[in-house]
Amino acid sequence: MKNRTFFWFILPTLSAMVLFIALPIVSVFIQSLHIEHEQVLVVSESCGPFGCSETTAVDAAATEALREAQPLGRFNGLKTYTNRSHLAFAEVAEAWRTTDGFLAFLNRMFNLPFYKALLFTMAYTAIVTPCVLVLGLAVATGVNNLPKLLKGPTIFFSLLPMIVTPLVGALILFWMVDGDGIIGNSLQSLFDDPSLSLKASPALTWMMLMVYGVWHSLPFSFIVFYAGLQTQPKDTMEAAMIDGATTWQRMRYVTIPHLMPLVTFVTLIQLMDNFRVFEPVVSFQAQAHAPTLSWIIYNDLRESGNPLYGSAGATSMMTIIGVAILLMPVLIRTWRDYTRKAAH
Amino acid sequence: MFLKKIAITGAVAGLMGSAAFAEGHGAMCGPEGQSIRILASDFPAIHAVVDQGEANCGTAASEFARNHTTEARQIMNAALTPNPAEYTSVILANSTLTQLMNDDLVRPLNDLVEKYSDNVKPNQLITIGGDVMAVAFMANAQHLFVRQDILEQAGVTKVPETYDELLAAAEAIRAAGIMEHPLVMNMQVGWNIGESFNLVFLAHGGEFFKPGTAEPTVNSEAGVAALETLKKLVEYAHPDYLTQASNETQGLWEAGQAALGIMWGSRGAAILDDEGSTPEVTGNTVLAKAPSVEPGGIPGATLWWDGITISRNVSDEEAEATFAALVSGMTPEMVAANNDDAVWLLDGFTPGPAAAGVAATAQGGAKPYPMIPQIGIMHNALGNELVDFLKGAESAEQALADVEAAYTTAAKEAGFLQ
Repeated sequence: MKNRTFFWFILPTLSAMVLFIALPIVSVFIQSLHIEHEQVLVVSESCGPFGCSETTAVDAAATEALREAQPLGRFNGLKTYTNRSHLAFAEVAEAWRTTDGFLAFLNRMFNLPFYKALLFTMAYTAIVTPCVLVLGLAVATGVNNLPKLLKGPTIFFSLLPMIVTPLVGALILFWMVDGDGIIGNSLQSLFDDPSLSLKASPALTWMMLMVYGVWHSLPFSFIVFYAGLQTQPKDTMEAAMIDGATTWQRMRYVTIPHLMPLVTFVTLIQLMDNFRVFEPVVSFQAQAHAPTLSWIIYNDLRESGNPLYGSAGATSMMTIIGVAILLMPVLIRTWRDYTRKAAH
Repeated sequence: MFLKKIAITGAVAGLMGSAAFAEGHGAMCGPEGQSIRILASDFPAIHAVVDQGEANCGTAASEFARNHTTEARQIMNAALTPNPAEYTSVILANSTLTQLMNDDLVRPLNDLVEKYSDNVKPNQLITIGGDVMAVAFMANAQHLFVRQDILEQAGVTKVPETYDELLAAAEAIRAAGIMEHPLVMNMQVGWNIGESFNLVFLAHGGEFFKPGTAEPTVNSEAGVAALETLKKLVEYAHPDYLTQASNETQGLWEAGQAALGIMWGSRGAAILDDEGSTPEVTGNTVLAKAPSVEPGGIPGATLWWDGITISRNVSDEEAEATFAALVSGMTPEMVAANNDDAVWLLDGFTPGPAAAGVAATAQGGAKPYPMIPQIGIMHNALGNELVDFLKGAESAEQALADVEAAYTTAAKEAGFLQ
């Protein structure tokens, strides 16, 4: 395609992306450099059905004047990025100075909200992504070898986790693992421990979320790999069989190389999705043990009564940077393949 | 439209007598032909007030729109910011009033209160710095729920009044082999766990801030003592307590799986009614004063009110019509018809068993939930930072230091601290 034709072809998509993705990101970045105005507090007496008390209130007129003068808020530079809710440079340095032993230091560091969330988010991504890839391939191969009659229904049932709304799917599991739910109760009687709770122990909560994550994402990788298997050339496979390759060898040296572009694709999507994991944390009410970066953004915007736009913006920017870093190896690899092919 | 008019007139006539209605109509409802738009939370007592207001003044208004949602708190600031505002009134509570006042979105009601003083009693007025900012109509507080039959079975003769007695009663029930986890509390991570801390903290005489400033003072003796008490209490709570809020604790109670509870007074009527539970549970449930640290001390509760506010960014006529319609709903007849739905602050209320707990707690000297601009930030910090202590992963001092650090960071960003 000529460059000119390509340009006109891509223009609508490109302008939509600039308008709805690139510009909002720039605006979030600018917002993250600012903090709220100073709130002018006045002491006043407040009375109600339960008596009077001395209290403080915001001087609305004075605060409004400040807001008029600087609509974006006070410029704070990168200080929001380095404060305790985010990278916490001062706190980490302090922990490094005052703790003896690396373990104690890590303990202090992962007590900070951002690092605690980062730890779980990374662990979730690192565990769920490969599990989804391997299991998805296994299920796809399994279904591909089923007799024709069973294929249709099996595919339908395998897709169910994706069809069920994520929040609902997570809630159903959440109720099942409750102390009075079927899984929670069975585990209690199995281990003969009435105070065993999947929701109370951090380790069990992590496991529960990861199992849910794999369950939820599996259909996606399964259906992609299954589609890929349909395009597998028969003659290569037959040649491998004639050469005496075992089932495993055929899988390893014929099927997987054939599916490699799809593996890259699924990996990319899964890394992005898993790094932004959010719904299960809310449905499982797991934020105490397993906060994630997306959950921190949600909490900053929603929970405190005063939405902290600067904090939320800073965490958003760092999530984007995190995704970019994670995707880098895969993107570099794809780029190399592309240039190698182009050179031929 | 005609049919609707007939139906509404009929309903009102049934309640108030048609003659009185016709006579009081003009004065009671304020300017005619105005648009009344109400944003409110979603529970029976609020429905009762708004229903009555709509029945009284719905026909005089050009529009009577209402949005009942439990998410009211999340949308109200955005909805009231434009001029004209999306809603002419928000029905809210202590903590949410400050959220609107921080952005100057509600108007003083002094002149309206004077004009419609027939329907408003002085004890309903919420005044801040001399201005009436809201008119309250019901009260709420957390307090103790006990199962009399189970306490007797365990050999506990009197309803616990202090935290120590509460712990002793829980231990007695556990030791008698009746229940392993006899206590329910709203300890869900987030707002609820923060609120549970507030209760015990206030009972220990704690102060959240240095008076007149936004400097935190929760990392104090009272804070540590409150956390220690809370930790002893959760020993007797269901192992999943970190995921339990009002709906879950009410469910456990109605299923007969708990014998001692610290729950909201507004759940009392729902628990005592004949739905969702057995006569054994409802017949033996007693609502009592929230426990205190020492006998006769400050009850571990926060007093709440629900009341009406009027938006700043609407015309004076709409503001008056909305105010008049809503206060016209606060009548003794409305209270009589919905007596058990709330602890009404209105004439005609006869406190029943469902209101006994809130009444005793308020009389015992419980503190109101603080109406301070930055309390939401503190509450959020408490909600997120206390779990590690309850799970035994860190000390009370460390947890409270974390709370103060998290609060300070957020309060600096919000402009409350420099």
